[in-house]
Amino acid sequence: MLEIKNLHARIAEDGTEIIRGLNLTVKAGEVAAIMGPNGSGKSTLSYVLSGREDYEVTEGDILYNGESILELDASERAAKGIFLAFQYPVEIPGVATMQFLKVAMNEQRKYRGEDELTTPEFMRRVKEAAAELKIAPEMLRRPLNVGFSGGEKKRAEILQMALLEPKLCVLDETDSGLDIDALKVVADGVNALRSPDRAVVVITHYQRLLDYIVPDTVHVLYKGQVIKSGDKTLAHELEAKGYADLIEAAA
Amino acid sequence: MNMQQAIKMTAAETALVDAYTAEIGDLPGDGAVLSLRDTLVHELRTAGLPTRRVESWHYTDLRTLLRAVPAADPSAFADRVDAVVPGSSVLPVRSGQADLKSLPNGVTARSYTESLIDGSAVAGLAVLGSDDAIGRINGGLVRGGLEIEIAEGAQLEAPLEIQVVQSHGQAHTRFPVSFGAGSKATVIERHLSTHAEPSFVSSVSDVTLAEGADVIWIIVQQQGAADTHLGQIRFNLGKDAKLHLFVINAGGKLVRQEIHGKASGEGADLTLRGINLLGGDSHTDVTFTLSHDVPHTTSSEIIRNVVFDRAKGVFQGKILVAKDAQKTDAKMACNTLLLSDDADLSAKPELEIFADDVQCGHGATVADIDHTQLFYMLARGIPEKKARGMLVNAFVAEIVEELEDDEELVEALEGIISAWLEKHA
Ligand SMILES: Nc1ncnc2c1ncn2[C@@H]1O[C@H](COP(=O)(O)OP(=O)(O)OP(=O)(O)O)[C@@H](O)[C@H]1O
Ligand SMILES: [Mg+2]
Repeated sequence: MLEIKNLHARIAEDGTEIIRGLNLTVKAGEVAAIMGPNGSGKSTLSYVLSGREDYEVTEGDILYNGESILELDASERAAKGIFLAFQYPVEIPGVATMQFLKVAMNEQRKYRGEDELTTPEFMRRVKEAAAELKIAPEMLRRPLNVGFSGGEKKRAEILQMALLEPKLCVLDETDSGLDIDALKVVADGVNALRSPDRAVVVITHYQRLLDYIVPDTVHVLYKGQVIKSGDKTLAHELEAKGYADLIEAAA
Repeated sequence: MNMQQAIKMTAAETALVDAYTAEIGDLPGDGAVLSLRDTLVHELRTAGLPTRRVESWHYTDLRTLLRAVPAADPSAFADRVDAVVPGSSVLPVRSGQADLKSLPNGVTARSYTESLIDGSAVAGLAVLGSDDAIGRINGGLVRGGLEIEIAEGAQLEAPLEIQVVQSHGQAHTRFPVSFGAGSKATVIERHLSTHAEPSFVSSVSDVTLAEGADVIWIIVQQQGAADTHLGQIRFNLGKDAKLHLFVINAGGKLVRQEIHGKASGEGADLTLRGINLLGGDSHTDVTFTLSHDVPHTTSSEIIRNVVFDRAKGVFQGKILVAKDAQKTDAKMACNTLLLSDDADLSAKPELEIFADDVQCGHGATVADIDHTQLFYMLARGIPEKKARGMLVNAFVAEIVEELEDDEELVEALEGIISAWLEKHA
């Protein structure tokens, strides 16, 4: 589903290279965990995947379902099914949450040549998904993410994911800032979306989340490269020993 | 030879003086009004239109910017249009002439032309100062308008829309409006042109709020892309009077809207909100002065500018706090979204404080669309054009939503804004 080949990407503004020859393959149905020390480029990778223009790809390619997506802008990639749950969800005062959800869902449908949702159908879907994620209706009446607590913002990201039904879900530290109960709710939300035609990339620092969302593969990112890949036991090793040995071996 | 050097009049100055000369003998007014008109036009002829050297016109050099003034056309006629808020009582003023139809309970009105003829208008025709070019032009040429009185204690259920429609040519109107003690009303002062040919409009509203009056006054300026609009509103707030003044500029080629107010009764409160939607080659100036004259008065001003293309915006805001006006609370902010490299906005917020126990502040910001917000929206599949539109809309919608008590009004104003954005963005 996702094939990243020798990817190099830099900050457009000053040319600093952050992703330096990264290779990663994620198959349909797979859950891949990406771990790595602070500043290793995990969030940057998620941005480059979703088409953020602050970064430039200078070498390599990203194939999604066999096709390069480098020429697509962020909204086209989203409409094709790539979803990023942000590490820091963005507050947008003046845009009502419900309006935002409706526009996003319908614009994606339009792009794919599907009919727009009727208002009652839209309302039904939101209500149902919000209840699953234990999101209070009051929250949905506020401007997008404005005044949401850290945990509420993360839950709202998963609500958007559930409603948009993407094919490739990238979760950037969705577990940070969540209490134990919320972590469980969010993990259930993600697991509910697991399916043979969907892939999930989970960026996290902690084994705790991976106890709930059990990964098929684990990859360690360091200085913009994948320096080690393995199965779920790799995450346990990292939890026990940290990154020092791996980094030394890679150096 | 005259030692005082006479200025060489510009085409626009000549056209204005000619408009006066052509109508002499036909302009309404008693002896006092006519002689005041003469003085005003004489001042215009000798001093000319203000230039950037006049401090309050520094960013709007009217003498240079006003290239031409279309001749008045007595046969010009514009049809009234639908009210901004459905169900409003509409008072149409077509081509400068008021049309008095049915008035809601608690409202009395008469044509301003009558006040000119019987001379009762004369005191109000005085200019605010030597730099009051709008007062001068309007005082010289005004023919019509409405004098409106809202009765003491009246609670108007539906908005009153003063609808000043113009097709082309000139119109000069005045609206003295007094709100009785304890009255509550929403007034929409609407200016629009129905044709593409240029028009030149001046309009002065003179608003008085008696004790405890609670008023929402909305100026909706929707002139055409070739039009000049010179607007002025003066207001005086009595004890515990509350005015929510909302100005939307969504049209015009050369626009100056002046707002001059006094908080002269304790407990008086002004909320000023301005939305300037600017595009094309337009020049739009909102100039505001407020004097807090007595203790315990409050005001809050927020101006939001959205500037596209080669448009230029100006906001000047001056808050004066008199020596005795202790406990004044005044906050002024001017926020701008500049959406093109050639767009421009000049903001000049000022505080002049003579009292010592006050809370006053001002701030101005200028920014482009927030890139992080834009990316977030794109990442959800919203195409860039649509996402930008939503963010621009959000920037101004925030202050419309403050009128949440009146859902129809909020909806109507949001409609005006999104219609404008759809056309220009
Ligand atoms: N737009 C940017 N401008 C400046 N520096 C940037 C930018 N984007 C990324 N960086 C830098 O690139 C490096 C990688 O950042 P990134 O956010 O991808 O790390 P991360 O692996 O997600 O870290 P964390 O675990 O702390 O979230 C950091 O040193 C960061 O400061
Ligand atoms: Mg990160």
